[in-house]
Formats: sequence, C-alpha cells, structure tokens
Amino acid sequence: MTNIVKGKNMNKKALKETLIENAMYVILLTMILIVTALKPTFFSIGNFTNILMNSSVRIIIALGVSGALITRGTDLSAGRIVGVGAVIAGTLLQRPDYASRFFPSLPDLPVWGVLILAMCITGLLGLMNGLVVAILQVPPFIATLGMQSIVYGLSLVYTKSQPIGGLKESLTGIASGRILGIPNLALIAVTVILVMWFLLNMTKFGKYIYAIGGNEAAAEVAGVNVKFTKIRVYALAGICYGIAGVLLAAKSGGATANYGIGYELDAIAACTIGGVSTAGGVGTISGIVSGVLIFELLKTSLQFLGVTPDLQYVAIGLVIVIAVAIDIRKYLIKK
Amino acid sequence: MNQEVILSMNHISKSFPGVKALDDVSFHVRRGTVHALMGENGAGKSTLMKCLFGIYTPDEGEVILNGEKMNFHNAKDALNAGISMIHQELQPIPYRSIAENLWVGRYPTKKILGLFHIIDAKKMNNLSVDLLDKVHLKIRPEVKLKELSVSQIQSIEIAKAISYNSKIIIMDEPTSSLTSTEVKQLFEIINDLRDQGVSIIYISHKMEEILKIADEVTIMRDGRYIGTWLSSELTTDIIITRMVGRAMSNIYPLRDNTPGETVMEVKNFTSTNPRSFKNVSFDLRKGEILGVGGLVGAQRTELVEGIFGLRAKAEGDVFLHGEKLDIKHPRDAIHKGISLLTEDRRGNGIFGVLSVRDNVSVASLDEYVDYKIVLNNRKINALAEENIKKLSIKTPTTKTKIQSLSGGNQQKVVISRWLARDPEIFILDEPTRGIDVGAKYEIYSIMVQLAKQGKSVIMISSEMPELLGMSDRIMVMCEGRLSGILEGREANQEKIMELATKYM
Repeated sequence: MTNIVKGKNMNKKALKETLIENAMYVILLTMILIVTALKPTFFSIGNFTNILMNSSVRIIIALGVSGALITRGTDLSAGRIVGVGAVIAGTLLQRPDYASRFFPSLPDLPVWGVLILAMCITGLLGLMNGLVVAILQVPPFIATLGMQSIVYGLSLVYTKSQPIGGLKESLTGIASGRILGIPNLALIAVTVILVMWFLLNMTKFGKYIYAIGGNEAAAEVAGVNVKFTKIRVYALAGICYGIAGVLLAAKSGGATANYGIGYELDAIAACTIGGVSTAGGVGTISGIVSGVLIFELLKTSLQFLGVTPDLQYVAIGLVIVIAVAIDIRKYLIKK
Repeated sequence: MNQEVILSMNHISKSFPGVKALDDVSFHVRRGTVHALMGENGAGKSTLMKCLFGIYTPDEGEVILNGEKMNFHNAKDALNAGISMIHQELQPIPYRSIAENLWVGRYPTKKILGLFHIIDAKKMNNLSVDLLDKVHLKIRPEVKLKELSVSQIQSIEIAKAISYNSKIIIMDEPTSSLTSTEVKQLFEIINDLRDQGVSIIYISHKMEEILKIADEVTIMRDGRYIGTWLSSELTTDIIITRMVGRAMSNIYPLRDNTPGETVMEVKNFTSTNPRSFKNVSFDLRKGEILGVGGLVGAQRTELVEGIFGLRAKAEGDVFLHGEKLDIKHPRDAIHKGISLLTEDRRGNGIFGVLSVRDNVSVASLDEYVDYKIVLNNRKINALAEENIKKLSIKTPTTKTKIQSLSGGNQQKVVISRWLARDPEIFILDEPTRGIDVGAKYEIYSIMVQLAKQGKSVIMISSEMPELLGMSDRIMVMCEGRLSGILEGREANQEKIMELATKYM
C-alpha cells in the first residue's frame, strides 16, 4: 500500500519536474491554445508564415550573438551593425529610376555583390569587436557598448540621417518570394542555421567556443588559441548581422540608420530563453532557434489578444525573467 | 570511549539521478572527540557532510543532535544549531578586515539617536581579539584578509566557528595546503577545542595525520558505512584495506622502468618575476620519473608553467633532443610533445559543464579532423570510450558532464586528455592531491607505464612518501632556486627537507 502511494507521489514529482524543465514549451502551448480559442484566425497558415518570416531575421541575429554568449561574452553592438547592413543595402540597391537616389550616378549593382560587400563590412566591424575583446582584453560588455555607439554614429553620418527608400524589386523580391510555398527568408534562415550548427558541432572552432566558455584558463592550458577563437566568434557574428541587415532592408523596402536598434537585447533574451547559459559553455542551436520562435510567437499572441504594444513590453520582460529563473532552477534542483 | 554521543546520523540515504550516493549510512560523534571520516573519493563523505550541514536534504534517515531531531534546510540552520564547517576551499572576503570577515551578516550593532542601528566597530574588534586569541593568532582584527596566509585564513574560519558556539566543527581536508609547521599549529588549536568539549569531524586522506589527531575513525566505501574504530586500533595498512575493500600490499607500483639518455635540458631558467624561479638548470632522461620536491611557495608550479609557456620567462632555454625550443604559449609546448597536468584541477583543468568526451578530446582535436575541417565525432567518442575503459573512469556515459564525477575520476579524465596526445614529456603537478588511495595507485601505475614506454615524467609533489616512492631522481627547490638533485635510492625525508629549506 505504502509503496503504491510512494509510486504515485514519485510520478507526481516527476511530472512536476518535467513540466518545470519544459516550462517554456508548456507556457507556449497553453498560450497558443488560449489564443486560438479566443481568436480562431490565429491558427492559420497565413499567420504562422508571418511569424516564420519575422523570426527568420531574428534567428540569424540570435545565432550571431550566441557565439559571444557561449564564450561568456556578449554583443551589444548587434542591432546597430544590423542597421549598417540595412543602410548599405539601402543606399546601393535603389531602383535606377527612383527620383531621390542616394548615389544618383551609381550603376545598377547586383544584389549578391552588395550582400557580400555588406557581409564584409559588418564582418570587419565584428572583427574589431573581437580584437578589442581578445587583444586589448576589454570586457565584452564595454567593448561592444562602445562599438554600438560608434557604429550608430557612422551610420547616421553615412546616411546623413535620411531614410532611404525605393529599393529594387530584385532585393525586395527576396523577402516576399517563396520557393515551393516556403518563404525565402525562412530558407535563408535555415541555411544559416545549418552552417552555424555545422560550425558549432562539427569543427574544432565550435568545440573551442564551448571550451572557452566552460573554462577559459583550462582552454589556454589545453592549447586552445583563445584569442584567435574569440576574434573569429565576433567576426562571424558581424557577418550574421550583415546578412540580417540586408534582409531587413529587403523585407521593409527601405532602410534607416535606426534599423535594428534594440535587436541585440531581443536576441540575447531569445538565446537565454532557449537555454544558452549566461555562465558560459552551454547552448545549442536548436535551443536558440526555439528561443527566437517562442519569443516571436509570444509577441504575435499578445497582438492577437489585443494587448497594447506598451503592455507587450511588460509581458515580454516578465517572460525573460521567468525563463532565466527556470533555467537557473534546473541547476539548483540538482542539489 | 565513554563520552556521550552528541550527534547521530541514522540510516541516511541520498540518491542523485543515476547514483545512490549514500546507502543507509549511520554515523555517531561523541562530545569532545576528534572523529575522522575516511573513504576514497566518491565514497560519500562530502555528501554525508552536506546532508548534515543542510546543503542536501537526505531522502531517508534522521539527524539527531543532543537528543533532538534536526531538520536543517540550509547552512544557516546548521550554524545556529551549533554545527560549523571549514571548507577545503576557503571563501574569504579579501578586501575586508578580519573582524568584518568574522562578523559579516551578524555585525554587533548599537543604537544611535535612539533610532538607527549602526555597526559597533569597537565591540566587534574587541570580540574579535578574544576569538583570535583562542586560535593562537596574534594579528590585529583590522588587518585585511588578503594580507593573510592560507593557514591564517583557516584559523579565522575556525575562530568564526567558535564564535557561533559550535559544538561540532567539520573540517574538510584542512591540511591540504598547509606546511608541516602550520599543521602542527592547527593540531594545537584542534586539541584546545577538544579539551573544551567541541567535537571535530575531520575529513582527510592523510593517514599519518589521522592516526595522530583522531580519537575515532569511521570509514565509508561506495556510499556505504563500513565501520567505526578507535584510532588506536588502526594502522595505515588496516585503514587502506578497509577503505578500498581489498588488501593493498603496495602503495606504489613496482617501478621497472630504466632511465636512459638525456632528452630535455633546462638551462638557467629565470622568471620575469624577481620573486619567482631563477637560474634553474636540470636535465630529464628518457624513461625517467623526476620528482620535484619543495615547500609550498618554492615556485615549483611556476617553473613548470614557465617551461610549458603559461608564464613568462626572462632568461633561460629549454632544449629537447638538443634543439632549442621557442615556447611562447602552451600550444607550442604541446606541439613539441610536452604535456602539463596542472595543479588546480578546477581552476584550469576541467571544463565543468562540458561532457567527459569533450574534456578528453579538447587537446587533440587536430587528430580527428577529416577533409581539413569536419570533426569525426565517431572517432572522438571512441577515444573517450577507450580511455574510460583503460583508466577505469567511473562515469555513466561519455556525455555526462565532468562536474558530476568525483575528484579522482575528474583527474583521470584530465590525464587521459594528455595521454591522447601521446606526450614525450609529461609534467604532472600534484597529480594525486585530494584523491583517494585507489585512484592514486592507478595514477602511479600510469606514470610507471609511460616511463617504461620511454616517455619522461616530471612529478611535482608535496608528499614526501610519494616523492620517495615514485621518483628515479628528486630535484628539490627552495625559494625559487634549485637547491639540489638527489638520486632516488639515496634520498630520504631528512635530505629532502634539508634541501627544501636550504636558502631560507
């Protein structure tokens, strides 16, 4: 008899733990159910496609930031570097017949060429972050905070603080187009996901990222080139931001230096929700992608429920704190 | 023993996912005695103490203190009930005074203007002076903790325990970083406490110490209680047999290696730091185990870290097979076939949150790259599996996080990381510190095995018996200088000690 009771209790306990371990998914599922019950239009292909498209750009940024987070760093310049990518695409890829072209006599440039150029420039900005963090040993929080300001200033100077419009169809078409019914943006995001998964799991570079995050001093002793690895992490992040910036311009058909502002915080939040540990050494690609999807789903659900944008901030803030609290609890209950 | 039992832990069991850490363990401590708790790493000593101290809640069993059933939820409950713990790794607040470190969280206060409670610094300092006196420290309470030595900080911790009116003080490996004089001083304090009716639970691996200081000895093995004996009934051999569950005829394996020609020469090695190693020259032979002795602070660790490229040198060179090496970074040393097992396992040895597999493979990933970039995870896994088997590392899977293994198993994982590189020269810095007898023997065997294969081993050790038992030659350092090299056969404790204090 007592055994049966005990067994039941154990099951209850196990169920409770499972629920808490996967609390984010539980909350998400409950939320979808509630929103669908209240607003049946929520559960539509159109809406999910929309969420997917919004998430795609965010996933690319979050993947960029995640490398810095796993090595116990951070990248506060992410959003503004996204803005750089956007204004590069915006200024160089306007319609030839557009009235107020930024560079009136610029020849018609190919989209892929500008994309590569943007990736190079943002990659260089990331490289600078990496050099400051790795060589000058400035704490990443400060180094990238400085870069955030520098980059924003440069973008404003470059664009003369003017919004840029009239982007070519060959650019905007990338964002609106689909292949076999799947949005291009999602396909691009999947490509970036695969590349990043490969880098993190199947290369020395990836293993060293986790090693540095796990214990930097031990990584040094084990012969890991800590500095070089960190520089590459930040440069790679810069490249990701460049791609995201160009896609952002494509998606909205224009660009300003203000594009991407605050995206770094969303990206860091999404990574944390997805289980990237702030203590370093922990984080998976699948976790990061789910983190972003949860984040975007949450925003959309709140919109559907008619929560005002102002209150949405409150709700999102709560979710971030709860997510981290749950994450930390996972370590606490081990005791 | 006729003192009354003050603490009883009855039938304690505690499980963690996949492991039964404690299985029906009972443990009784008498008033005013020193009770040693012994067992190999992973035997469950720490878990038992954490259950006592409220850090873990036992799944089953009860804790009875002074005839009352206790139910601690955290360390503070235990402290208030009169149980203190002196941790192996002390956690002082370095930039605060001794007095503040003693009274933090419960500062003596006074009321001013009949309204505000402020810290009564005078009272705090006076109370502190009394406490310092009890632990034989003649330092003013205003001195900052960062000025103190490890042993003095430890005495402060003991003073803190006394200030809580602790009836039971747990000491976890208290002598692991003390010199022999400091150990003597610690034992005087312990004897005082015992005379005042305080009970000490003393956790240590050092047999000689235990036999000297303990009244009773409880031995645990694999999470189970083996028994409690009067220490007067025990000898080192009996303790070892009961700890490992089998007779260990030899503490050290048979050394059947034969040192050959010189492979490495270190010439005039001098640190950039004037207080560190200077003008050190020695050579290392093929198939040799070279012990490095000296007191704490003799700069032995700094020397080998200098050779390995972790610390800067101002002068001097390392020659390997006559070739001058240019080592600026551990990478360079590793590529030349030199490996270093560092002293501070948690600080710069293990990657706690990473898997056993990643911990084993991190230094040799170069060997597992296909098509110039793709890691062969199947082969890496095989490497981990092979080492787990070869070094009998106790871990559920290769994916288990290394931080959940016991200290001895963690050490074996780090050793296998270096074995995977097949080093020609393997430097081991205190390889058996804080490790149980069984794992120690295995690590010694690995060293002998390497020497037999023609590799060269440098072993830093602060344990005299270990140096004498394992080394073909022993070089001794004092105050950063090489004070002498002894042939293993002619070495003894006195000669080593004499060299270790030569320049003091």
